Parts: sequence; C-alpha cells; structure tokens
Amino acid sequence: MITGLLIIIPVLGSALVMFSRKDKNVRRNAFIISLLEFILSLFVLLSFTNSGLPELSFSLPWLKGAGISFNFALDGLSLLMVLLTTFLFPVIILSTSSFQSRRLNILFGSVLILETALIGVFTARDGIMFYIFWELALIPAYFITALWGGKDRIRITFKFFIYTMTGSLMMLGAIIWLYLHTPAPHSADFSDLYKVAASRNNQFWLFAAFFLAFGVKIPVVPLHTWQPDTYTEAPPAGSMILAGVMLKMGIYGILRMLIPLCRDALPVLQPVIIAIVTAGIVYASVIAIKQTDLKRFIAWVSIAHVGLITAGVLSMNSIAIRGAVIQMISHGINVVGLFVITDIIQRRYNTREMNNLGGIARLDPLLGTLFMIILLGTIALPLTNGFVGEFMLLLGLFKYNSWIAALAGTTVIFSAVYMLRMYQKVMLGTASSGLSPEMKQLSVVEIATLIPLVIMVLVIGCFPGPFLKLAEPALENIYALIIVIPN
Amino acid sequence: MGALISVTVLGMVIMLLGVMEKKNWILPVIMTGLVIAFGINVTEWNTNHHYFNEMMYVNNFSVAFTGVLIFMSALVFMFSGNYYKSVERPLEDIYSLMLFSLTGAILMTSFSNLVMLFLGIEILSISMYILAGSKKFDLASNEAAMKYFLTGSFATGFLLFGIALIYGSTGSFNLNEIATHNALNSHTLPQYFSIGVILLMIGLSFKLAVAPFHFWAPDVYHGSPTLITAFMATVVKIAGIAAFYRLFVISFSNVSEIWVRTLLIFSVATIFAGNLAGLYQNNMKRMLGYSSIAHAGYMIMGIVALNKTSAGALLLYSASYSLVTIAAFGIIILVREARQNDDIETFNGLARTNPYMSFTLTIAMLSLTGIPPLAGFAAKYYLFATAMEEGYLWLVILALIGSAISAVYYFKPIIAMYLKEGQHPAIQATTSYSILLVSITILTLLLGLIPSLLLII
Repeated sequence: MITGLLIIIPVLGSALVMFSRKDKNVRRNAFIISLLEFILSLFVLLSFTNSGLPELSFSLPWLKGAGISFNFALDGLSLLMVLLTTFLFPVIILSTSSFQSRRLNILFGSVLILETALIGVFTARDGIMFYIFWELALIPAYFITALWGGKDRIRITFKFFIYTMTGSLMMLGAIIWLYLHTPAPHSADFSDLYKVAASRNNQFWLFAAFFLAFGVKIPVVPLHTWQPDTYTEAPPAGSMILAGVMLKMGIYGILRMLIPLCRDALPVLQPVIIAIVTAGIVYASVIAIKQTDLKRFIAWVSIAHVGLITAGVLSMNSIAIRGAVIQMISHGINVVGLFVITDIIQRRYNTREMNNLGGIARLDPLLGTLFMIILLGTIALPLTNGFVGEFMLLLGLFKYNSWIAALAGTTVIFSAVYMLRMYQKVMLGTASSGLSPEMKQLSVVEIATLIPLVIMVLVIGCFPGPFLKLAEPALENIYALIIVIPN
Repeated sequence: MGALISVTVLGMVIMLLGVMEKKNWILPVIMTGLVIAFGINVTEWNTNHHYFNEMMYVNNFSVAFTGVLIFMSALVFMFSGNYYKSVERPLEDIYSLMLFSLTGAILMTSFSNLVMLFLGIEILSISMYILAGSKKFDLASNEAAMKYFLTGSFATGFLLFGIALIYGSTGSFNLNEIATHNALNSHTLPQYFSIGVILLMIGLSFKLAVAPFHFWAPDVYHGSPTLITAFMATVVKIAGIAAFYRLFVISFSNVSEIWVRTLLIFSVATIFAGNLAGLYQNNMKRMLGYSSIAHAGYMIMGIVALNKTSAGALLLYSASYSLVTIAAFGIIILVREARQNDDIETFNGLARTNPYMSFTLTIAMLSLTGIPPLAGFAAKYYLFATAMEEGYLWLVILALIGSAISAVYYFKPIIAMYLKEGQHPAIQATTSYSILLVSITILTLLLGLIPSLLLII
C-alpha cells in the first residue's frame, strides 16, 4: 500500500500544481509535495526489513487473465534508487526556485509526473509495467526540455526523443518475447521472466534489444550523441533530472533485467562491450578537457563517469557491481550539485563560458568552498562519495581484466585534470573584467539547496557501509540469478 | 440484427425529416436512434443466432464490433453539428447516407455468406463515394469522389471475381460450408481456389487501403470533406478489418498456407509505406491519411496471426485507433474553419491560444504513436503479443521499427503547437465541443489503464 502511495502522490500533486494560479504557489506546492514524498520514502525505509525479497508489494490487475498487473514492490536496490529520486527532487525544485518563465505550473507539474514515472520504474516488478513507466518518463522529460530549453531546442529534443523511443521499443519487443516464453498462462512478473530459459543465441538478441534501450538512456559512447546537446540546452531542472536520476534508469535496467536475462550471452559479449565502453570513457574524458561551456562540460564528464559504472556492472564482478550501486547514488548527487552551481553562476553572471568567468571564489568564498567539496567528490578524493564507488569499480574491473582496469583508471587522472582546470578558470584567478565587482553572496535558498548535497557527499564518503548493506541482499539475489544455470 | 434494422430505419426517418424540413430535429433524432440501436445491439450479446437461411450470423464478435461502429459513428455525428453549422439546408441526404453506410458496415461484421459480404461492402462503398464528393463545388472533393469510385469499383471487380472462383471450386457461398469443404478436400482443392482467395484478399485490401493497394487513400482522404474523412478513416476501416477477420477466420483459416505469406508481405509493406510517406507530409489530413494506412498494416498483423486472442486484439486496436483519430479530425475541423487551412503550420502556437484543444491533440498523437499508458499502447501491445505468440517475431520487430518511425511525424503537430510561435487568434470552441474532446481524452486514458474493458471477445 505504501508503495502505491509513493507512486501516486507525485501524480496527484502534479494536478494540484498545474491548477495553482500564482507562480509563488506553484513553487511552494511543488516543493511541499516533493518533500512529503521524501518523508514518505523515509517511512518506507523504516518499515523495510531488507530480507532480499521484494517487500511492501502493491498490486492491481491490468490485463485480466493475461498475467500482467500493476505490480510494484521494493527490494534494497529499488529502495536505494527511490531514496535517491525522492532526495534529489526537493533539491532540484528548490534550486529552480528563482527560475523565471511563463507557465511554471506546467513545468513543475511535469517534473512531478516525471517523479512518479521514475519511482514506477524503480519499483516495478512486472516487465510490462517497467516498460510503461519507462516510456511514461520520456514524455514529461521531452516536454520539459522542449518547452523550456535553450536555442535549437526543437531539433535537439526531437533527436533525444527519437533515440530513446527507438531504444525502448526494442526493449518492448524483448519483453513481449520473454513474456510469451513463460509457461502458459503467461506472466510478465519479473520472477517468471527470470525463469525463461532462453538459448544463448536468443540471449544475444535480447541483449541487443535491452542494451539499445539502456545504452541510449545512460548513454554509453556510440549511443551518446543526443546527450551533450540535450543536457546543454535543457532548462536547469531538466538537466538535473536527466543526469541525476533518469540516466540511473539505464544502469538500474542493466542490473535488474539485462544481467539476469542475458546471463549466458553476457560472458561472450563482455570483452567487446566492455572494451567499447572503456574506450568511450577515455574518449569522453579527452573531450571534456576541451569544453568551455560549463553545462556541456558537465555533460561530457557525466558520460565519462557513467561509462565507468556501466563497464563495472557489465563485468559482472560482485565488487564492481556493489561499487556501481554506490557510484550511482554518488553520481546523482554530484552531478546535480554541479548543475546547481552552474545554474547559480549563470544566473548571476549571465554566462556559462569558462573563459569569461574567473575569481568567483574571492567574491563569494562560501560558494567556492561548497563547489570545491562537490568537485572533489566528482574527482573521487578519499573520504568523498566518489572515492568509494570508483575504487570498488576499478578493483572489480581489475579482477576482470587488468588492462581494462588500467585504461579505465585513467579516468581518475583525467577527471582531476579537467575538474581542477575548470575550477581554476571559473573560481580562481582575477575576476574577469566583464563581471561586476559587487556580486551578491549566496542566498539562503541557494545555501539550503547546496548544503544537503554537500552533506551527502561527505556522509557517503565517510560511511558508505549502510548504503552498501541496504543493497546487498538484493544484489545477492541478482548474483544468484546469474549462476543459476551455468551455461 | 436488431441494430442493423434500427439503423436502416433511422436512415429512412432522417430522409423523411428532411422532406418535412425539420432541420433542428435531425441530429437529436440521430443521436437518440443510435443510442437505441446500441441498446438493441447490447441485448443480442450471447444470443448466437442465425438469420435468413444463414445469410447472417450474430455472435459476440459481430455484436462487439457493431457496438464500436455505432459508438464511433455517434462521435462523428457529434462533430457534424459544428461542421455543417453554416449550411442552411437540412442536409438529410448526407446524414442518411452516413447512416446507410453504417448499415453496410454493420452488415460487414455479421455476414455469414459471401453474398452478404459483397452487399455490405457495396452499401458502405456507394454511400461513401457520394459522401466523398458531397462538397459539390470543391474541385478536390470531386476529384476524391472520382478516384474513390474508380479504384473502389475496380476493387469490387476483384472481389466478385474472387467470390465467383471460390463458388466454382467449393460449390457454396456459405462461409461454414466453404470451411467444411476445405477441411474435407484439403489436398484436392483446384488451383483456381487459391487464386480466388488471393483475389478476395486483394479486393478487401483495396477497401482497407493496404499496401500495395493504398495509393488512392491519401488523395481521397485529403479531398473529401473533413467530417467524411473522419468517418472514412474510422468506421469504414473498422468494418473492413472486421469483415477481413471474419471471412478469413471462418472460411480460410484451414488453408492459411495459401494466403498467409502474401498477407505478411502486405502487412509489412503497409506499415512501411504508411509510415515512411507520413514523414514527408505537411498537411494534417494527408498525414492522418498515411497514418491510417500504417494502422491498417498493424491491424493486418492480427489477421496474419489468427488465433483466439486476435479478435479481441483487433477490437481493442480499432476502437483505440478510431477514438483518437476522430478527436484529431474534430480538432482539424475547428482549426480549418477558423484559419481556412489544415497544413501543420496552421497549428503553430495553438498551445498558447487553445491549451485544452492542444492537449487533446497531443494525447491523440501520443496514443497513435503507442505511448503508455494510453489506449494506443495497450492495443499495440496486445496485438504485437498476439503476433509474437504465433511466431511472427520478425513481423513484430519490423512493426516496432515502423512505430519508431511514426513517432517522427506524430510529433510534428505537437512541436508546431507547443514550440513554434503563431500569430493566429484563439479559436472559439463551444463548451459542448470542449467537453466532447476532454471526454475522448479521458476515455483514451481509461482504455489504456483498463484495456480489459474491450477484450471481451
């Protein structure tokens, strides 16, 4: 029941938000609803026993007699992703509190619908429901980027839409195929889909279909071309949701569906796929070094970082997968933090161009400090959240293949290079002549936005244990699925 | 059967009202009559009764499809008051012709004899030929009527020839007797029986605008009066697919090796012809014309994969497709009336001036694309699952690719409405019109969330 509430509250809230007339009320209502959702998810955490099995399930029929139902439940992995979502949404809504635009009620309404869709994806226990919410997330995301985006938004968002839509239709095909291979009467429940004994040859096809859907969403390198443009031109809230939460859908999908369902095909494909993904990490890192637009820079940084997560997950090594889970959370927090700071800088100085910025740390030391902490988290300095995940990912990859690990390890060096270079250009040095000297300090709302993020950077960095422990039983179940039929 | 009679009587009553010049009575009488017909139709559920020496057979399949047909016609009639509001005449001819073609459509869902199939198709088609040209002083409308008539009668030739060959080889017009004959003589069927089946298939494909017999559709859809196009794209299509299914499932399912491969190619060709050509359209009516071709291709998948669930899948599909197509045409009617044009550019900036109308059209386009949780998704899902269950994996993959392509052109009006700037003033819509559009939207969502409502056969 509580899971059902978790899914339905944002959507009901979005109706409330859409019918709010004044912009002030829109912002307040949206924030309150997302905060309520976060508190509710904490209650879920309290009543959660972490047995490894799906708990707190909520189920309603969709197609009678066809074994497809609105079936939602939580295991540790789902709960972690839900917590990440519900934690980030209030922050994101708060961070856009000074975003000025027409039709704000539609913007915040769409944001809340998106939250429902994301929670639906993370809690679905039925293949068709997984697809339905996966696709449902696309529509508000498209409208947020298309209606409030920057220049050339029509072409860019259209590309984004077509890429993701094509990917997810292939996934739909795969899910239907699996559904029809469950014993009659068919069922699309995850536990039944896992039991389908597909031959290795068929698993290759399944892998192709799923990887297209998840790879576009993440995005991994050959499928990434929609991403830098979309992140750059999307409105602040859009970029934050896309990078912070939506791309986690892809990695979650790999963990939840691709690995258990393609367990025989994966060992064969692994060398090729991991090599491509790793090459993509280096490629994205090198490109990130050359970027001068802050948002585009973050977009490429994000490709590099999630590339490492993807490589780790696909290595099917238990340490790397655990690292990937932690890194999903950390990346969500860090990338949202980076976008929030970019947004603050842009609002204040009317530019995102690194070369036109400089000396901000002297003008506003608090912003400089908070930015530094988030940045160190992204670089993966020990005692920040990035370190835990990246270390485990690289360790796991090393166990898989030392050469791949060495190549992937260069990201740590690269990320230090490009992040510190960016910080130097933007925050240090003398203030560029274009910037007026009497800059405002951080406002209370901006501090309230950044502080939870900074706290989480340090908390996860110092105490990753509870987070890992929460995911552990669920991950054990996934490992058990992998080794259930050895070839 | 009762529905068939009541709709026919209704058509005659409307002609009578026209003679009496009771213009204001016509639409209320039609709506009441259709509600009564719908009610009578519902009472025939589970009766399974033969009529006129097995000329007709009313079973749940025909009752369900008749219900959908009457419902969709009623929706079209609801839009007609606004469409014809500037016309002084009572217009009894147009309304009764629409009702007569509905009669033909109902006949096409409940025939049990090839002669009745032919009669149904002709009653439907001849009314539609006249209706396509009902804008008498419009060149495009005349052209549409001419094209429709010429290609349609050509198709009728195929159909008749096919019926004749089948009669020659099996000695019967009765669907069940043909099936029995096929089962008993499956190895000694003459060559011309196969030719007959293929000719029948071609004739029906013409009517349904299935590629490679689709070339008439875009011009006819574009040229006909918009209201008639809405009727053509929905009611005629539902009737065609119902007839196709009924004929093939009863008579030819045991000789499927003759036709299934050809139909498979037809289906793929239709999906791609419709969707690829749809990409290049900049007129809404033409675009929906190509969309309806593509959707005919998806529906044909249900016939390729004949099994016990495909009737339900087709019913759900045709209902969800028709529902949103009628809504889209209803909006086109309003836009065209206000702006004298139905190019996609005309929709620029509509979201700012008419938010509810744009929302309805957006939902319609998303449902046609097959985005969950709308009706279009549930329908596509069920149809594709049926096809895959019968082993047509490649067909489903191609259809999925087709759906991905179709997203490109279904998004054109959405982009125009929400992202482009327009200078047009707001379009005035009556309250009842808005209520109608909103209820169609709600119905679309409802059908997506609870598709079991229609999976009854």
